[in-house]
Amino acid sequence: MKQYTDLEYLKLSKGQRLLYRIAGFFCSIPKKIGGLFVALWNLIKTAGSAIGKEVSDIWSTFVNGDWKTRLSFLVMGFGNLARGQILRGLLFLLFEIVFIAYMILAGGYWLSMLPSLGKVGPTEEYNIIFDTYVTTYNDNSFKILLYGVLTIFFIIAFIYTWRVNVKQNQMAEKILATGKKLKSGKDDLRSLVDDQFHKTLLSLPLTGILIFTVLPIVFMVLVAFTNYDGTHDGYYNNLFTWVGLDNFNTMLNWQSAGGGQSYAATFGEVLSWTLMWAFFATFTNYFLGMFVAMAINKKGIKLKKVWRTVLVLTIAIPQFISLLYVSKMFAKNGIINGFLMNMGWIQQALPFWEDPTWARITVILINIWIGIPYLMLITTGILMNIPQDLYESARIDGANAWQQYTKITLPYMLFVTGPYLLTSFTGNMNNFNVIYLLTGGAPTNPDASSAAGAVGYTDLLITWLFKITTGAESQYYLASVVGILVFVVVALISLVVYNVLPSIKNEEDFQ
Amino acid sequence: MSTNTLQNDSRPARRHMGLRVSRALSNTAIYTLLIIISIIWLIPFVCILLQSFRVENTHQVGYVIPQKWGLDNYVRLFQTDFPRWYLNTFISALITAVLQTIIVLCMSYTLSRFRFKMRKPLMRLMLILGMFPGMLTMIILYRVLKDLGMTQENSVPGLILVYVASSGMGYYVSKGFFDTIPKSLDEAARVDGATRFQVLKKIILPLSKPIVIYTILTAFMGPWGDFVFARYIAFGTSKGMNVAVGLYNWLNKDQISKFYTMFCAGGVLVAVPVTILFMCLQKYYVEGVTGGAVKG
Repeated sequence: MKQYTDLEYLKLSKGQRLLYRIAGFFCSIPKKIGGLFVALWNLIKTAGSAIGKEVSDIWSTFVNGDWKTRLSFLVMGFGNLARGQILRGLLFLLFEIVFIAYMILAGGYWLSMLPSLGKVGPTEEYNIIFDTYVTTYNDNSFKILLYGVLTIFFIIAFIYTWRVNVKQNQMAEKILATGKKLKSGKDDLRSLVDDQFHKTLLSLPLTGILIFTVLPIVFMVLVAFTNYDGTHDGYYNNLFTWVGLDNFNTMLNWQSAGGGQSYAATFGEVLSWTLMWAFFATFTNYFLGMFVAMAINKKGIKLKKVWRTVLVLTIAIPQFISLLYVSKMFAKNGIINGFLMNMGWIQQALPFWEDPTWARITVILINIWIGIPYLMLITTGILMNIPQDLYESARIDGANAWQQYTKITLPYMLFVTGPYLLTSFTGNMNNFNVIYLLTGGAPTNPDASSAAGAVGYTDLLITWLFKITTGAESQYYLASVVGILVFVVVALISLVVYNVLPSIKNEEDFQ
Repeated sequence: MSTNTLQNDSRPARRHMGLRVSRALSNTAIYTLLIIISIIWLIPFVCILLQSFRVENTHQVGYVIPQKWGLDNYVRLFQTDFPRWYLNTFISALITAVLQTIIVLCMSYTLSRFRFKMRKPLMRLMLILGMFPGMLTMIILYRVLKDLGMTQENSVPGLILVYVASSGMGYYVSKGFFDTIPKSLDEAARVDGATRFQVLKKIILPLSKPIVIYTILTAFMGPWGDFVFARYIAFGTSKGMNVAVGLYNWLNKDQISKFYTMFCAGGVLVAVPVTILFMCLQKYYVEGVTGGAVKG
């Protein structure tokens, strides 16, 4: 593609500049992929050299250290204890004891079972006394996978702690050599509310995120490579096991398995509707919300507070009430159809939820009803921040309202809310509540009946995922594949937009 | 644009007249628009209120004004599990509000104020984690909570745990707020010998009332609207449901003709306190939402 110089670039109009940047981004993809490999290679090289440095550092600590340091390699915290840092030493020692005990009692078993995810499923045996078949439950694939991952986390934590332990000995030796005193346990405790206060503050939130977000995500990503579903629940009926990339093959296969369309076609349909929905939901709300905000803010309009309060009601009332109720209002025997028929404007009920196109348009319209108030609130604040003298000078130059809007308001808004638009786009892609409570994905798509989860025309990827897991067969592995693909799509969009956006604001700018 | 300027300047008097007329016209147009918008926005809520007093039958009808008025629907609510759902939701909302606020504030304050080695990688990691659909994790969390005995009838502690544990990821809005408090305040106090903890307690917290209230408000409102997690954790056990799941089930195809008006009554009972609370604290909500959007 043609490269413009800076001067030529400045001559382009706004739209052309955007197109130029987008084209530039796509043209630079091959270069970026090449760059990615280079970066990857560099990463491996730096990681390798870092590990090498660590190892040589540990070795030299061992060779040059005194006997306390050397013993600490085996008994963690010994050096600390011997040098009078009782608190640290005890903590290290305790951690090591707990780790070893865990590995012997449980961790070793989970780890050894991880490659197979369990060998013996539930067995039935005839019991003579009760004259029935008694089921014995044996291995539990679910627990093996879960605790296997946990054990790996634990081992990584142990290696890290061991390294810290070695480093502390090295530092303690250095400090003592200069004749200074080591920190006592009391100093350590005090630093937790002072120099190291961030560690105290972060410990609780990060533990929560680690256990309830990181661990489940790692687990679910791994599930995509197993056959975990309702009939292979890993304990009560059948074990599940690793299947490699089979599930991705199923999801992205263009060949249909026995009647109906293929999974890839279904996935493509749902994905394209998801993107369409996210686009319309984001931009209709954005522009209409801005418009309403400007209407309310206009000079000379009275009762500003009343208008705002009326709109804000939709935020205040829990969504499940308003959305469920509105969804019933548009039903065949609902109030809207009843009203239109009573007025004699229509003869038959309008198929708001029965016809694919009607349903899609209706959800977008109702989403406007839900979304405008948020945008009204957000844009009101920003609109007030636009310097008024800009408008004044524009008016003196004779700009009409439309010109003022396109030349001043819109560029300013787009600049300030650019990142918000991106998050709102990806948020809408995963907008479960609006779709599920309004339509539940209906009307069902008959072409996609071969795919799991009874896909409908208004189903987003996220509602499809939910339906897969709650269906009769609960194909968790497919849900997991969909989840991973959602992640890939969201990450790709974010990456592209961040590369094209004119200003990626430095967070320090606001401080 | 230059021709425009000339034209307008050459006819100043007429332009002035035209402006006044056009302003009056545009204001009328805007008023009409705002009135229409208000009507559209209020219709569902008026309808739900009216239908909750309708007693001639319980199924869905095509008219709004009840033919027979009464409180039957409200009375009958108390013969179902509705009070239990209400209590479940209320308790989990209350405890979530407290714990989530603590966690979110810890997280956002730290990321805004401290500069440590893992800060940037941590924020990047959370951005990436946020791109995974959270719903996916529900499958495993349900089974883990089930092993811990925190599902079905005992769903409340399980729900609170799920709401609170990952709430540190939603630090963006309050971090944006803390970013706007000048750092020189901290530094001055540090020079005077205050510890980091004292800086937080004595200087930052008193200044942070708006964001604390915003965080409490959003944390409190979350559980009232939560549907997915609550449904998973209750797993069909009526006593363990929250209002959203319970009322949703009333609108199932085979239930709706029996429970439609009761759904409306239940909806009103849920919406009224939450709405009043929200309206009282609206100012703080608006501040938080606006700040959050600008900072991205």
